[in-house]
This record gives sequence, structure tokens and C-alpha cells, in this order.
Amino acid sequence: MFDLRFEEILLPSDAPQLRREVRAFLDEEIAAGNWTPNSNFSAGFSPAFSRKLGARGWIGMTWPKAFGGHERSMLHRYIVTEELLAAGAPVAAHWVADRQSGPLILRVGSERQCREILPRIARGECFFCIGMSEPDSGSDLASIRTRAVPTDGGWRIRGRKLWTSFAHHCHYALVLCRTAPDGADRHAGFSQFIVDLSLPGIDIRPVVNLAGEHDFNEVIFDDVWIPDGMLLGKVGEGWSQVMGELAYERSGPERFLSTVYLLRELVREVGGELERRQAEEIGRFVAHLWTLRQMSLSVAGMLERGDVPELQPALVKELGNRFEQEIPEVSRRLVSPLSAKRRDEGANSFAAALEASILHAPSFSLRGGTREILRGIIARGLGLR
Amino acid sequence: MNQTRSLIAETASRLFADFAGAAADPSLWREDLWRAVDEMGLTRPLAAGPGDVEAAGFADAAEIIRAAGRYAVPLPLPETILASWLIASAGLPVPEGPLTIASVTPGPDLRLSRRRGGWKLSGIARTVPWGRYAMMLIVALEGAEGSRIALANPAQAEIHEGRNLAGEPRDDLVYAGASLSDDAVAPMPARLGPDALFLRGALSRAWQIVGALERVLELCVQYAGERVQFGRPIGKFQAIQHGLAVLAGEVAAARAAAAAASALLDEGEARFAVAAAKLRASEAAGSAAAIAHQVHGAIGFTQEYPLHQSTRRLWSWRDEFGRENDWGAEIGRAVSAQGADALWPFITDSGKGMQPPPKPFEREA
Repeated sequence: MFDLRFEEILLPSDAPQLRREVRAFLDEEIAAGNWTPNSNFSAGFSPAFSRKLGARGWIGMTWPKAFGGHERSMLHRYIVTEELLAAGAPVAAHWVADRQSGPLILRVGSERQCREILPRIARGECFFCIGMSEPDSGSDLASIRTRAVPTDGGWRIRGRKLWTSFAHHCHYALVLCRTAPDGADRHAGFSQFIVDLSLPGIDIRPVVNLAGEHDFNEVIFDDVWIPDGMLLGKVGEGWSQVMGELAYERSGPERFLSTVYLLRELVREVGGELERRQAEEIGRFVAHLWTLRQMSLSVAGMLERGDVPELQPALVKELGNRFEQEIPEVSRRLVSPLSAKRRDEGANSFAAALEASILHAPSFSLRGGTREILRGIIARGLGLR
Repeated sequence: MNQTRSLIAETASRLFADFAGAAADPSLWREDLWRAVDEMGLTRPLAAGPGDVEAAGFADAAEIIRAAGRYAVPLPLPETILASWLIASAGLPVPEGPLTIASVTPGPDLRLSRRRGGWKLSGIARTVPWGRYAMMLIVALEGAEGSRIALANPAQAEIHEGRNLAGEPRDDLVYAGASLSDDAVAPMPARLGPDALFLRGALSRAWQIVGALERVLELCVQYAGERVQFGRPIGKFQAIQHGLAVLAGEVAAARAAAAAASALLDEGEARFAVAAAKLRASEAAGSAAAIAHQVHGAIGFTQEYPLHQSTRRLWSWRDEFGRENDWGAEIGRAVSAQGADALWPFITDSGKGMQPPPKPFEREA
């Protein structure tokens, strides 16, 4: 039948030491006022911070040293990333490159691509965005229309991508294109390309979100010529490559930590003498958070073993997104109405954290695979589809 | 899963699966089933003698408890496993036969006092699982001189029969100065807190819930694949698929929490982890039962169809040894006392060192 087990993980023996190092670094950064913790990982784009992490060996941690990596385990990487997220550190610049673009290049990329790109990512100096969705293709990724046509020594790309977070600040986009006509097999005829966003013919237009922030973009490719060497993997293998990339995207602790900073501020706000209801709700969130972390650690253990699970990451993200969205909805009812509205200095005040969480909450169950898609994946894992 | 653990799981599952119709009326004592389980050596894995299956720790014993939950075994098997563990830990000989423990923390209502040559037990032990059928009730009591465990024969009590929503016996045992011999009472082992028995009771119920959840999910997937409406199995409809996806998440979360708590308990006291696991399992029990009944339609609401054997147990077990809101209140207060900046370290340390509150929640009302 189906296996829903999340086996307990033993962290490596040097885990406490590594965790202490990361916490000490973060404490210094916060004390120096270099950034304001906010933990919503789609904000906080800081090339300077990414470079600092790179210098400490905390990007590309699991990659071969030959490509600028540090040959540490997925569990070591997990410890670093969860500490960064829990502290609300500004990791957005290198996040996609480290989490999925780099690992994909390592898996299917050419020797040259690995040598030229991976060390720069690991140094925190090279940033990627995701070129998958289009205006008419969101959950139905197989319906994309951006095309790449082979030409002299390269390819011409024509089409438009949407959402592409931080494209306006990134060096590259990993772009999924049609390289063969739509045929009987919906998933055949796709290829991926590493596209240098400074090339002529690329137009990046801002898409402002409802919180007034510019993360999203529309990226228009108007017959952009890229050299052959920027095809990633094999022609026609784009679909299976993208599925692998999505597995990396779905399996991390960011899937339930987006509003942990609000939970922390809630604890700070309610103070020492709790009413029964406040205690119950806070305790419930803490128990759920602990459980989700255990499950997520278990997934990291599976990845470390070389497994490529689809069911378990989908379960963690589905549960995690609901958890993230519940925190603001419950928190707003546990404090006095004035506390929720009062203007304090510093983005860490409860009111500011609550406001930001409410505004961003809809996106948690949309990005990286909508709730509906995830539930379909889980249903397939149960044998229903 | 390591080899011993999977062997224990297999042994228990195979035996319990043979108990067809065992769940028919759990208020009837099934001596034949008890003998079969006892002969298989599954009743005291944490106090194993010759012929007994030996569990290295709670996490191994939990496999028997999970299977008992899955197959709705109508016996005080989890209770006997815990009682025998505690008795052996206290250096006392383990009595034969089915044993039981109290499912609410004994409060000021139940008292031990000294008498010549032994002890006197007075008061009420409430909602004792299988009280009327057990050979011995084991209670952990706090007194002026510290925590003690006491072995009291239910036959010495006035028994007021009761049952939970699943029809399992939950009896009040009224003791009026019952005599206990000196060797029926021992100090609680120093390394265990006064709540050690209650905590393990909570984790046992969490595992029983996990077993029942797995059974419920199995029934749902099977039913959704077989029940045809509008020309196709109902499992082909997105609404059903999504409901079952949510159910699967609850099952997975409850099991992951119970597994993590068991591993931590085997390393040392793990009050927070057990509390979190019981909370998560209790919550999952309610959500899962609702989804399962919805997916099954009216047939699932009948006596004849097996779903209720599991859902009535989910509705019962979620309330025993602490409801989700009770454990939530305790965790919330503990976290708040440590302060906001200790929240994340609390999580990464799995709440190590969380102490029992001055007033356990049963005594709040």
C-alpha cells in the first residue's frame, strides 16, 4: 500500500556545534542592526548578507568541493537553513540558487556549467530566479508556450514568464521552454535553459503584490539568443528535470516557518500571565510546529539517503501551509484589538508582524505548488489517481 | 524501522488480525483473547520474563500498542504493558493477569495512609480502563513523603461501572480503607517523575489513536475505490481526493509526533514531546473521524459497517490522558514562562526540561 512514515532522524554529532555557530553569527548581525528579522522568506533580498553566508561556507553546503561546495550532509544544510529562517534573516537573494537551481545544475548540467556557475552561487555572488509559470500557465505547467528554437550555435527564446520573483535583481533565470511541438504526450518536448538576464531582448516588468512590494515580475523574451552551452541537461528532458527541481523546492523547512516570527511576537505580546485560551492556542501552535519540524527533518534524512520522495514533501507542505496561515488568524483574536493595531517602532512589534502575516498569508498556499495541486499529489500517493 | 521493532509489529498485527469480530462488544471479557495475547508473550514487553517478547524501550513496545489500536483489541493491553513496566521498575514482582492504571491523574480524592503492617487506600479511582476485569490496579500517588506506586486489587473496591464512547469499560473504583500489604507499595523510582505513569498513558493513547487512524484511512481508500456513483468510483472525484489527502496528513503527523516522542522518552524524560504527541494525535482523531464519515456516506454511519469500531475509539481515546486543549494549555504556559526569544531553542531542543506545572490540568476545574 502507501507509506506515510516519517522516521525519526538522528542529527549528526556536530549538529549542536554548527547550530551554535549560526546562532552566534545571527546574534551579532541582529545586534549590529544590519537587518530587521521578518522571516517571510520572499522578502529580504540582500546580496551583502548572501556573500557573508557564502564566506562562511553556508551556501552550496552539500556540493562537491571541486565546484565550490563543502561536501556536508543534507542534515547540516537543514540546520543552517532552519536557523536562518527562524531568525527571519534576509536569505532571498541566494535562496533559489542554493535550494534548487544549483542542485539541478549539479545533477544534469555540463562540466563547464558546473565549473562556471556553482562556485559563484556558493560564494553568494550569483542569484537565480525560476522561469516556469506564464500568464496562461500556472498550476498547469505543461501548457506553457514559451518556445526555444535552435539556431546558429544557440537558441532563440520567445515568450513570457510570470511571477519570476526577484528577476529584476537576479543574474540568471532557469527557463522552461517548448522545444518540440505539442504532441500526444503532454510532458514531452520541453527543455530548460540557463538564461543570462542581462542579454538583449529581455524585458523585466514589475508586478507589485497587494502588500505594495515588488518581488514578482513579468519577464518577456523577445527572440533572445543564447549560446548552445546554456541548454541545461538534454533537449526534451525538461519535464522530468523540472519535476526534480520542484522536489527540491518543496522539501524544506521554509514550508512552515513563514509566520514563526509572528508566533514569537505573540508570546512576547501576551506576556507572563496567560488566560487559559491564550495558553491553549499558543501551546497548540508550538506542538504543531514541533511536529512539522520532526517531519521535515525526516524528509531531509530521506534526501540524504538519496531518496527522492514525492509524497512526504507534499504532506509537509500541505500541513505546513495551513499551519502558517492559521497563526495570524488565531493570533489576532488572542490580544486586545488595540494591541493588534497599535503602531510601535521596529518591524518586530506584534502589530507589524500581524499585519505583514495577514497580507502575505494567501501566498503561502499558492507558491511552490498550490494546496490543490499538493492534495492531488497526495491522492496519487494514496493510489486514488 | 529496526529489525526487532518490525518483528514485534508483525507478531502483534498477525495475532490481532485474527481476532475477527473481537470488537463486537468491548464490555464483554474475552478470556480467550487475553490468553492468546499472553501466550504470545505480548503483555509485558517492558518487564519481559522467559517466553515474553522483549522490547528494548517504549518505542518498541509502542508497536504492540499501535497494532492494538488498529485492530480495536478489546483488552487492557496498553494498560498492562505500562503497569508491568512501572511495577518492574519499582522492583516489585509483576502480578499475573490483566492489569490496569487510572486514566486521570489520581488527585486528592485517592489517598494512601499508613496502618500497622501495611497501608490503607481510600478514595475514588476514576474512569479506570477495564477496572471491573483487571486483576490489579496500579496507581502513582503523591504524598508528603514523595511519590509512591501502589498495587490495589479492584475486588477490594466498590465498582461503579462506566464506559467510554466506544463501549470500553471505564469504571470508578471506590476504596474505603482497603488494606494493602507492605509489599504492595513502593517508592516511585527516583529517575522517574511522579507523572511518569500518566505521561506514558498519554503516549499510549497517542499510539492507539495512530493505529485507529491508519485503519480509518485504509477503510476510506478502499471504499473510495469500490463505491461507484455517477459512473465512476467516488475516489475519482477531486472533493473526495482532497478530503483523503487531508486525512492522510493527519495520520502522518500523528504518527511522526508519536514516533519522535517515543524515541525521546527512551533517552530520558520527555514531557513536552509526549504532550505534543498526545495533542497532535487527539486533534487528528477528531479531524480524521469527520472526514472518514463524510467520505463513507450513510453506510459508514451504520452499526454493521466497521468504520464506527475505529471512529468511536478515536472519539474516546482523544479525551483520555489529557485532551488536546489541556496539553495545549500546559505547553503554552511553559513556553510563555521561558519568554519569546526562547521559543525557537525550545523547539530545537524538543522542550527538554519542561517540568510538570504546579497544578496539573485535571485539578483546575
